[in-house]
Amino acid sequence: MSVLVYTESENGKFKKNAHEVASYAYEVAKQMGTTATAISINATESESLGDYGVAKVLNVSNDRLKTFNAKAFAKVVGQAAQKENAKVIILSSSADTKFLAPILTAQLEAGYVPNVVSAPESTSPFKVKRTVFSNKGFAFTEISSEIKIIGVSNNAFGSSENKTTATVENFDPSLGEDVFTTKSIEIDKVVGKATIADADIVVSGGRGLKGPENWGMIEELAEVLGAATACSKPVSDLGWRPHGEHVGQTGKPVASNLYIAIGISGAIQHLAGVSSSKVKVVINTDPEAPFFKAADYGIVGDAFEVVPKLIEKLKEFKAQNA
Amino acid sequence: MKILVCLSNVPDTTSKINFTDGDTKFDTNGVQFVINPNDEFGLTRAMWFKEKQGATVHVATVGEASTEPTIRKALAIGADEAIRVNAVPTDGYFVAEQLAEIVKNGEYDLVIAGRESIDYNGGMVPGILASLSGMNFVNTCISLEIEGNNATAVREIDGGKEKISTTLPLVIGGQKGLVAESDLRIPNMRGIMMARQKKLNVVEPISASKATDDVKFEKPASKGQVKLVDADNIDELINLLHNEAKVI
Repeated sequence: MSVLVYTESENGKFKKNAHEVASYAYEVAKQMGTTATAISINATESESLGDYGVAKVLNVSNDRLKTFNAKAFAKVVGQAAQKENAKVIILSSSADTKFLAPILTAQLEAGYVPNVVSAPESTSPFKVKRTVFSNKGFAFTEISSEIKIIGVSNNAFGSSENKTTATVENFDPSLGEDVFTTKSIEIDKVVGKATIADADIVVSGGRGLKGPENWGMIEELAEVLGAATACSKPVSDLGWRPHGEHVGQTGKPVASNLYIAIGISGAIQHLAGVSSSKVKVVINTDPEAPFFKAADYGIVGDAFEVVPKLIEKLKEFKAQNA
Repeated sequence: MKILVCLSNVPDTTSKINFTDGDTKFDTNGVQFVINPNDEFGLTRAMWFKEKQGATVHVATVGEASTEPTIRKALAIGADEAIRVNAVPTDGYFVAEQLAEIVKNGEYDLVIAGRESIDYNGGMVPGILASLSGMNFVNTCISLEIEGNNATAVREIDGGKEKISTTLPLVIGGQKGLVAESDLRIPNMRGIMMARQKKLNVVEPISASKATDDVKFEKPASKGQVKLVDADNIDELINLLHNEAKVI
């Protein structure tokens, strides 16, 4: 009756969110008086999950699962849950996991609650706090089904070390041809750069930057900070930046430690989408811009003057603190 | 090709969100309802399939009579027929079970639903529906081409995109990118007049289970005052971010 957690990996290495969901599973298991078991697919160093409180790892090595396939991966997690007789399953909020979660939910006839921001309020009844209305509110949600699936919001619970020794067991799921009915043809992914989903810092530009030709300084600032780049909705609608960079209510949510908004006035939809970021900085010429009401720190000034200075000063700071 | 577009009736993106009845209910007072934006991108793509590939497009929603203006708007945009399941959409699993019943009776080749609704953000209806209906599924879909029985879809992944090939029958969780924002349509007078003649079937819900229940709501804590830093004093900003906020 352990708590099962799906710990995602990429090219054999655990993703950052794997440690966060493992920490979360440890906390839930503790509340329920049981232990946490992880299911990992083609990950090396599975025993390292013990650092985050995982007592047991079911380790799958399977060449057909080298590339993510939602149906197949959902099957694996579902079979692991049955083997462990797990009634609570913990998932992350990555694009891949949000793809497999509903398939798993149907497979186990479970109750699924995504976007959960903290440890359960109680485990009997099972009650969690989640964001609703695209971060404009929270709901306390009770799950009444026998099997419960929790999707933990990115960077909301955080990772915490709870050193234990994890036993690693090989797990061989049974997968028929019927789970491979969608095929990955091509993956086009930025490598070696932070993504909006897992970056600690996100640097975002708005219409105040006047045109796509002015994004050089945004990219340079992001590079100095090791940050991901993002943009407001109008900027993506105008085609200045790719859709994948659009953050806000109808774009991607941002839950970074630091969000820097440059030339973004702060429409209610944008503010909702970035509200889970812990610290927000705004740089805007207009002191009346709504973003100043939602930010922690602000500079009223022209981005074309402020940003180059900021880049220069940050380089000095980085050199001193290297 | 027969397409079903699933619509959710949600507060306009500019809505301020409040709760009522001791914070146990969403306060609809003064709220304007619209087609869920993620669904609207899908509806517009469906219109493209109708015009270029001769598809038939039905729309379905699970909601009370108050959701009919949203459905009429979809008919005015060009959908051929509408179905409303007369029930309060209590949770994602319940909604998916209702839609699965419609899919079973309607023999659809393609079902397009938004990747999530912008009210409760469950993000589970398309995936559960696909599983219940035994159809293929692609989530966070930003491009879709159909040729005969074959589908090529592009989905957004963290940090990029992935091209996927699969076959009909297919469910997609759609979003912006399926069509551009500038391709979204505003119904014209002719469309609105024609929508009045189109069929809007109201069906009663099947008995279905509900797994989750929102027992209470809360608004985010209000933000403290912003700390303004002079544009000539960037050192101070770096100092605050390093020593006070501890984020760099």
